[in-house]
Amino acid sequence: MKLMSIAHLFLALLAAPLLLGVLNRCKAVFAGRKGQPLCQLYFDVWKLLRKGAVYSRTTTWLVAAGPVIGLAVVLTGLVLTPAGQTPALIRFSGDLILLAYVLGLMRFFTVLAALDTGSSFEGMGASREVFYAALAEPAFLTGLAALSCLAGEFSMSALSGTASLQTWSASGPVYLLVLAAWFVVMLAENARVPFDDPNTHLELTMIHEVMVLDHGGPDFAVIQYAASLKLWIYGSLLVGMMFPFPSGSPVLASLVFAGGMVLVAVLIGVLESVTARLRIVRTPELLLGAFALSLVALLLAVSAGGAHVG
Amino acid sequence: MTLVLLSCVILVGGGLAAFVAAGNGRRSFRVAEASAVLAGVTGTVAAVHAAWCGNTRSLQLAWPLPIGSFHVGLDAISAVFLVPVFLVGAVAAVYGTAYLAHADAKTAGRSWLAYHGLLVSMVFVLIARDSVLFLLAWECMALTSFRLVVFDSSDDRVRKAGWLYLVSTHIGTAAVILFFLLAGRASGSTDFDAMAAGTGLSQAAMGVAFLLALVGFGAKAGFVPVHVWLPEAHPAAPSHVSAVMSGVMIKTGIYGLIRALVLLGPPAPWWGYVMIGVGVVSGVLGVLYAMAQHDVKRLLAYHSVENIGIIALGIGLGLLGVASGQQLLAAVGFAGALLHVVNHALFKGLLFLGAGSVYHATGTRQIDRLGGLLKEMPWTGALFLIGAAAISGLPPLNGFVSEFMVYYGAWMACMQAGSVSIWASLAVVAGLGLIGGLAAACFTKVFGIMFLGEPREPHDRPARESGLRMLAPMAVLGAACVLIGVLAPLAFRLVLPAAVSVGGGSMPAPESLASFSGILKGITGTVLLLAVLIACIALARRCLLRNRVVRTAGTWDCGYAAPTVRMQYTAASYAHPIMRLFGSLLGTKVHARLPEGLFPSKGAWHEETDDLFMARWFVPLFVKVRNAMQRLGWIQHGRLQGYILYVALTLLALIIWYAFTA
Repeated sequence: MKLMSIAHLFLALLAAPLLLGVLNRCKAVFAGRKGQPLCQLYFDVWKLLRKGAVYSRTTTWLVAAGPVIGLAVVLTGLVLTPAGQTPALIRFSGDLILLAYVLGLMRFFTVLAALDTGSSFEGMGASREVFYAALAEPAFLTGLAALSCLAGEFSMSALSGTASLQTWSASGPVYLLVLAAWFVVMLAENARVPFDDPNTHLELTMIHEVMVLDHGGPDFAVIQYAASLKLWIYGSLLVGMMFPFPSGSPVLASLVFAGGMVLVAVLIGVLESVTARLRIVRTPELLLGAFALSLVALLLAVSAGGAHVG
Repeated sequence: MTLVLLSCVILVGGGLAAFVAAGNGRRSFRVAEASAVLAGVTGTVAAVHAAWCGNTRSLQLAWPLPIGSFHVGLDAISAVFLVPVFLVGAVAAVYGTAYLAHADAKTAGRSWLAYHGLLVSMVFVLIARDSVLFLLAWECMALTSFRLVVFDSSDDRVRKAGWLYLVSTHIGTAAVILFFLLAGRASGSTDFDAMAAGTGLSQAAMGVAFLLALVGFGAKAGFVPVHVWLPEAHPAAPSHVSAVMSGVMIKTGIYGLIRALVLLGPPAPWWGYVMIGVGVVSGVLGVLYAMAQHDVKRLLAYHSVENIGIIALGIGLGLLGVASGQQLLAAVGFAGALLHVVNHALFKGLLFLGAGSVYHATGTRQIDRLGGLLKEMPWTGALFLIGAAAISGLPPLNGFVSEFMVYYGAWMACMQAGSVSIWASLAVVAGLGLIGGLAAACFTKVFGIMFLGEPREPHDRPARESGLRMLAPMAVLGAACVLIGVLAPLAFRLVLPAAVSVGGGSMPAPESLASFSGILKGITGTVLLLAVLIACIALARRCLLRNRVVRTAGTWDCGYAAPTVRMQYTAASYAHPIMRLFGSLLGTKVHARLPEGLFPSKGAWHEETDDLFMARWFVPLFVKVRNAMQRLGWIQHGRLQGYILYVALTLLALIIWYAFTA
């Protein structure tokens, strides 16, 4: 099992940028373009890694610490995240809270690195980032509470890969509601449409992109790579906790997991193609809506779980 | 026990000597410092030992007063609360000697007497085992801290803040006295042991006693809505005093509440729900009000309200665990609350000292006037950053460990749905998530605006890094934050005896405890992995950049040709999205003069958030009380003969009453 976990860890490290490639290809197909190569992000990262760096005169050590801590956090996050039926390398009851909070550490330092430049644009991005995060957290944690009430487990690795066609037919509504809520949270946390548009070219409207305006060279490569790994983590949670898995064959389960990840990327791509960014004043409503969905899911899960146990 | 009393003696002696030697400023300061450190070391060692072992010691001495007794004791609960008193008290004293270096020697000498008095009275509040002794110490604590708040009594605002504090603490004390009268009625004794042995109260009376304790001790701790004195008094006091008051003194309110729960015995479930409700309201409103502040010390004071809310959540879960007979839930909930008591003392102390250093160096506490301080004060900045990350509950620091315990308790409650209402655990999970997110937002704001970017206004004087006497205390607190964060299983073990004795003394099953320690070990492993990864990546980055061109240039200005420092984001603009969503809840007032016309000249934007509870509840209430009291004004006419007549008449009435009843 441990070998499988390590294999999945390496799969994530290698394949995470590909996920964004699939996503972008999907958007290109929708727009009738040929689109960038699937491996574009690998090329970008490789190019950036070979460059020098330019720092703002205003900045301190924090601007360099942001990307370093960010990458360390997502790597730690990957060690905590199960991949389908394959458990994570480090697992314990309550590990998801640790995951949520180490990702918070990444945000904390990304935001500080942005504020370090003294640019008002980056301040604007930072301000929006922390705002969304504060609203996304309750939705995320409440959804998790719903899932763990349903399964009676409180560790991601124990929860992951337990969903099957039987559990779906028994408590489909809970899964659906949490799925919807977490999908919204994933979009907010990974700076996707409708919260943020990674393709925008106007600094005023960016969130994540504007925070890293003053990063270049290897720092920026690290940021790009860490962002793709972060999307991978959220994708694994979504797929692992809610995708119906076949029991018995680990190879088949891994294939299902990989298929689920591609499906997530395609779904985001489709969503980005058919919707526009929301106005910033409207986005809290979406996140509060996600919280409401998680809440209903929790109530359903408790009544179902009560029937189960009692 | 002996060591704790010994450190009290050292503190009293040191305080008196500093007061006597006030004429010679230097000597007075050194005496104050040395005695506080000596007592701090002795006391911390004794308290940590007592908390770890969980033994109970007590001591009774002769007592001259007709009521009460000199009965002091040291058990695990007292010990956990004593740790921050001694530790933060000592380091803040060292800091204070540098902070007050330029103050008037006489005033400073008096303030040392009050400071040491405050520490001693806090110790006695924590070790008193008799309600009369407790109330005496409680009152001494209020008076000495009042003296410290009004240190700078030439300032009108400081005097007002001191007055507000004095009034609110005494209203709280009134409720505390009523609580002790009620709790001691059955046994007819003022002694805690006798009270605990037989309260003999009906369910309803127990409920009333619980509410009295909640209000009385809550006023000291700073639960919403009786928190209104905190944001006034803490900024008014000198920073080392704010650190002690906000980090340690308000925790005596929590201690009082916990002691009251122990005295009252088995709780009703609704107590737990009330605590969770109070916790969520205090936590969320505290952090939102903090977000709206412009003065850094006021902001930190509101964050104390938030953290007290988190502590209340832990206590609430613990009470639910006791009420529903789940020992592990009780232990984890109370342990989370108690550990957060210690943690909050450490990081809030650190943050107040850091804010004090900034004020000392720049002469302003307005966040929006600062900027770029990390370059001028690198050590202060780095230590402040540790405190900021810790209070936001981020791993690998201590705030995360205690918040994790509270989360975990909520999860256990959630799994046991049915015996515990799902709404309670939902409120904790969602509330804590929101609080954590908002706290991170708030502290990126504080740190980012104060320490990063360029100075937003030219300083009155160039900011200089503080001296060793101010940095070393902060470093001690910062190191403690990191240690507890990394050594989570040991921290849990430290507060476990206390948590178990709050929960009625029944230990959870060893295997369930072992599995919970296993979880905490998992956290330790993960954060160590994180640290190793950070080090490796930083090294790799350095190697990559070694032989490359690394240049500096201006910040990317998005094509704008003439940026100025005034165009940087401010604290108000940073908080704006959150304030827009929650502003109507807080009653934020906006004074805006928007640019108009084709060639606009000037615009202005100012946001103000006054405390709604103060403005809407307390001020009107007290105005009514004052008006009612004025009708009785004729009694107080200022003629001495009249007053003597009152005394004589009262005496006569009492004699007649006595004669008739006897």
